[in-house]
Amino acid sequence: MWKLFHQFGSPPHFYRLAGHLIPWFGGAALVLILIATYGGLVLAPADYQQGDGFRIIYVHVPSASMSLFAYTLMAVAAGTGLIWRIKLAHAVAAAVAPIGASFTFLALATGSIWGKPMWGTWWAWDARLTSELILLFLFLGYMSLRAAYDDTGKADRASGLLAVVGVVNVPIIHYSVVWWNSLHQGATIVKLGKPAITGDMLWPLLMMLAGFGCYFATVLMIRTRSQVLQRERNSRWLLDL
Amino acid sequence: MSGPLSGFGVVLARDLRLAFRRPGEMANPLLFFILITAIFPLGLSPEPELLRTVAPGVLWGAALLSSLLALDLLFRSDYGDGSLEQLVLSGHSLPVLVLAKTLAHWMVSGLPLVLVAPLLASALYLPPEAWGTLMLGLLLGTPTLSLLGAMGAALTTGLGTGSALLSLLVLPLATPILIFGARGVDLAVQGMDPVGPLYLLAAILFLALSLLPLAIAAAVRISLD
Amino acid sequence: MLSDFIHMGGYAGYVWSSFGLTAAVLWLNLAGARRQFKQRLAFVRQRAAAEDQT
Repeated sequence: MWKLFHQFGSPPHFYRLAGHLIPWFGGAALVLILIATYGGLVLAPADYQQGDGFRIIYVHVPSASMSLFAYTLMAVAAGTGLIWRIKLAHAVAAAVAPIGASFTFLALATGSIWGKPMWGTWWAWDARLTSELILLFLFLGYMSLRAAYDDTGKADRASGLLAVVGVVNVPIIHYSVVWWNSLHQGATIVKLGKPAITGDMLWPLLMMLAGFGCYFATVLMIRTRSQVLQRERNSRWLLDL
Repeated sequence: MSGPLSGFGVVLARDLRLAFRRPGEMANPLLFFILITAIFPLGLSPEPELLRTVAPGVLWGAALLSSLLALDLLFRSDYGDGSLEQLVLSGHSLPVLVLAKTLAHWMVSGLPLVLVAPLLASALYLPPEAWGTLMLGLLLGTPTLSLLGAMGAALTTGLGTGSALLSLLVLPLATPILIFGARGVDLAVQGMDPVGPLYLLAAILFLALSLLPLAIAAAVRISLD
Repeated sequence: MLSDFIHMGGYAGYVWSSFGLTAAVLWLNLAGARRQFKQRLAFVRQRAAAEDQT
């Protein structure tokens, strides 16, 4: 068991393994996303209240889920790197950040676009959107802190600390935002109206989520390999590539 | 002489003494708090109805921002003259020492806000029934802000980036405190029981007290490496 | 029928811009990652070649 862990933590091993896996995950991502898109745009019936506008859900919800998953993964990787001093873990954390930030941005943008026809404004302080906004700042803060340090080791540890403290905070932030939103007693119901989602509407969503997940894995592996190339550029094993 | 909490009193006394030597600097967060609070009536309108509505948010937002203001200096001067390194090498438990520093910082920059809040609250037409909730909330929330800010300050001390990065790091993490604090006051104004948010602020404070000194100490070590 | 599909019940602008934006972000992310990888790989290869000559 330890041997497996050890192998996993070894950069050359990961580099080679990832190299083999990338095309498979990439291919799976493409297929899943395409089928899910077809399912969501063509096969799923239009919603009773929102008509065809609800179809944005097929990109909005998976993006939001991925963004949250990314932050958690980033914090877990950083924590692993801090506790067990596994360099590869730090490389993974550094690689996840831009991917997570992109998904957060996408969640915000698609949420905003969805909101326009539903509420009439380009932005509304809906609980999910507000949480995603704060999450975006958490990602940007992490990436800025990393960039501010010249020394990679210090950058890893400092940003790792930030990520670990942040991940503890994320549930608190989310709960507080939901509570804050629920106190609103205005005339309009400020909630990204998710239609009651059933069978025909559900499977494209799940498949899109799976597709996004495979995509995430693909880009993560590419970026981590980049990180490894950068961090290990003076190592023997690299020169033998 | 030694023990798990040794050094706490010494650092606390030293930091407070240093702070009192520069009364001008000490007054800055308080002045900032008053200034920001005053800006909103100027920017909005002097109508009592309007100001009363925005008062909780304005007061808490101002408290948040003024806490941030004082943070940059928390570690910077000690970092500059080597005394931070002395602290680390002193052999005492670093989390305890940084907790002392943070406490001193809070006493100078956070506690005054709690005391001055009722004055500013009345300036914004906030009814006296809500003042207790405001003060208690600030009393529970500003220490957590100091702790979060101390971690941000420790992470950014060695860098030349200044306070913009510090704000970017700390503000998102501070939003729950802002929300619970301000909305608690809102509940009090409406005559409802603010106990829920206050308990949450207390819980967050205890969580921060138990975990953040460790994180701050780790951050100080990273900066000094 | 196709025009109905594109029309998306009146929400065409919103739905298509959402999906388009998603496609763009996914594409850019992937392309950016690959470009960075290739740059670094080229650098390492250069290094290795230079070492072999010394």
